[in-house]
Amino acid sequence: MSTAIQNISLSGKKKQVSNKEMTFLERMYLVAIVKGLWITIKHFFRKKATIHYPEQVREFSPVYRGQHMLKRDEQGRENCTACGLCALSCPAEAITMKAEERKKGEEHLYREEKYASIYEINMLRCIFCGLCEEACPKDAIYLTLSKELVPAQYDREDFIFGKDKLVMPLEMALKNTQLKNAN
Amino acid sequence: MDSAFIIEKSIFIVVIFAITMVMAMYSTWAERKVAAYLQDRVGPNRAGWGGLLQPLADGMKLFAKEEFFPNTPNRFLFIVGPAIAMSTALMTSAVMPWGDKLEIFGRTVILQATDIDVALLYVFGIISVGVYGVMIGGWASNNKFSLMSSVRAASQMVSYEIAMGLSIIALLMMTGTLSLKEIAAQQAGMNWNVFYQPVGFLIFLICAFAETNRTPFDLAECESELIGGYHTEYSSMKMGFYLFAEYANMFISSAILAVLYFGAYNYPGMQWMVDNVGVNAANILGIVVLFIKICFFIFFYMWVRWTIPRFRYDQLMHLGWKILIPLAIVNIMVTGICILVFK
Repeated sequence: MSTAIQNISLSGKKKQVSNKEMTFLERMYLVAIVKGLWITIKHFFRKKATIHYPEQVREFSPVYRGQHMLKRDEQGRENCTACGLCALSCPAEAITMKAEERKKGEEHLYREEKYASIYEINMLRCIFCGLCEEACPKDAIYLTLSKELVPAQYDREDFIFGKDKLVMPLEMALKNTQLKNAN
Repeated sequence: MDSAFIIEKSIFIVVIFAITMVMAMYSTWAERKVAAYLQDRVGPNRAGWGGLLQPLADGMKLFAKEEFFPNTPNRFLFIVGPAIAMSTALMTSAVMPWGDKLEIFGRTVILQATDIDVALLYVFGIISVGVYGVMIGGWASNNKFSLMSSVRAASQMVSYEIAMGLSIIALLMMTGTLSLKEIAAQQAGMNWNVFYQPVGFLIFLICAFAETNRTPFDLAECESELIGGYHTEYSSMKMGFYLFAEYANMFISSAILAVLYFGAYNYPGMQWMVDNVGVNAANILGIVVLFIKICFFIFFYMWVRWTIPRFRYDQLMHLGWKILIPLAIVNIMVTGICILVFK
C-alpha cells in the first residue's frame, strides 16, 4: 500500500489543519480550559530546571576554556618573556603588555632575561578563543578550567585584568612542584 | 452597648485588618512562587527562607522610590485614586463571617465584624465603588494611556457586575436572605451551595475574575498597547497601593466565593465536633477550613493566570453581555421552576 506524498509524516507529528465549525461543546471552551489547567498543574510538580548559581555550578564541557592564568615554572618564576605573540594572535585585540629587562637579583622572579612589567587582558574584549595559549612559545599563558566567571563590575576599567589577577599565585606554583616531585 | 462589646469588636477589626494585609502581602509572594513553579522555575528564594521576606523587600523598595507627580491639574484626585482603591478593597472584609462563634470568658463572640442583614448588598456596593479608584486615578493622571486603560477597566467591571448580580439572585432565591452569616449557617454539613447552583457558581467565578482584573480579563494592564495601565503615572507607595489593592481584592473575592458557594467555615462533621470536642475547638478548626478554602481560590486565580491567554476586548464584551447575562437569566428561571416544583 503506497501513501500519497502529501500524507507522509516521518516525524509522526503531522496534523491536518481544518476550518470546520466548532461544536457547541468546543465553543464553550470549558473542556479546553480544564485540559490546559491539567497541563500547567503537571508542571507545578515537575523537577525544576533552575541551577542555583553561586551554590550550584553547571556541568562544563571537558574542552571548556575559563579565565586566563600566567604560569610560573617549578621554581616559582614567571614564564612570560613579553614577546607579544599572544597579543598578535589575539583576534579581539584584548591583550596589551609592556616589556622590561630583568635586573640583577631578580633571577628568582623571572625565568627569561626579558619579562612583562605590565600585562593586561581586557575581559570585555576577550572571546576566550584560546589562540593566545596556542601562540605562546614559553607556555606562559593558559586558559584554565576555572569555573569562576568574570564578575560583574560598575566600571569598564575594572574589567581590565592586570598581572595582580592573572599571574598564578606563588603558593600554587610551589605546591604544584611539590606534587610533581612526590610523584 | 457595653464597653466589652466595643473592645471585642475593636480587637476583631484590627485582627481582620492585619490578616487581610498579611494575606495580600503573601499573595504577591505566592503569585511569584506559583508562577515560577508552573514554569519549571523556583522563583524568589534569596530574601529569607524560600524568599519569604520578599514581600517586605518589595514594600521597602516601593517606599524608598521617588514620589513622582505628573503635570496634572488634578493633584488631589491623583492622591485620592489609590486611596479609594485601597480602602474599598479593605472595607468588604467587615461583613465576612470568618467563623460561627467562640465562647471566651462566658461571652459568645460571633466571628464577624458586623452582622448586617443586607451584607451581600453591602459587599456589592463596595465593589462597585472600587471602580472609582481606577477611574479617578486614570483620569487624574492626565495621560491618554492611563485614561484609556481606566475606561477599559471601568466598562469591564460595570459589564460583569450585571452578570454577577444576576447569578447571585438565583442564589438568593434559594437562601432567602442577604445576610452572609445566615447564608454561611445554611450550608452546614455538606449542603454547599455549589452543588445546588453549579451554573451560578461558574458565572460568579468568571465575573469574579473580571472584577479583580485578573487574567484572562486583565485588559486594563497592557504593556504593548497602554504602556502600563491606569497606574502608568504612579510611582512609589501610591503605585504600591494599587497593586496591593488588587491582591487584597483577590483575597476578599476568594473569601466571598468560599462563603457563598463552598460552605464558608463548614466542614463535614462540624456538628459532631461541637457536640464532642467543644464549641471553641470546632470553630477554630472552622476558621482554618475557611482559610484553606480561601487559599485554594487564591491559588486557583494564579493557576488560571498562567494557563489561559487573555481575551481580546470585543471577545470580553461578547462573553459578558451575550453569553453570561442570558445564561444568568436562564439560571434564575430554572432555579425558580425548581423551587416551585420541589418545595
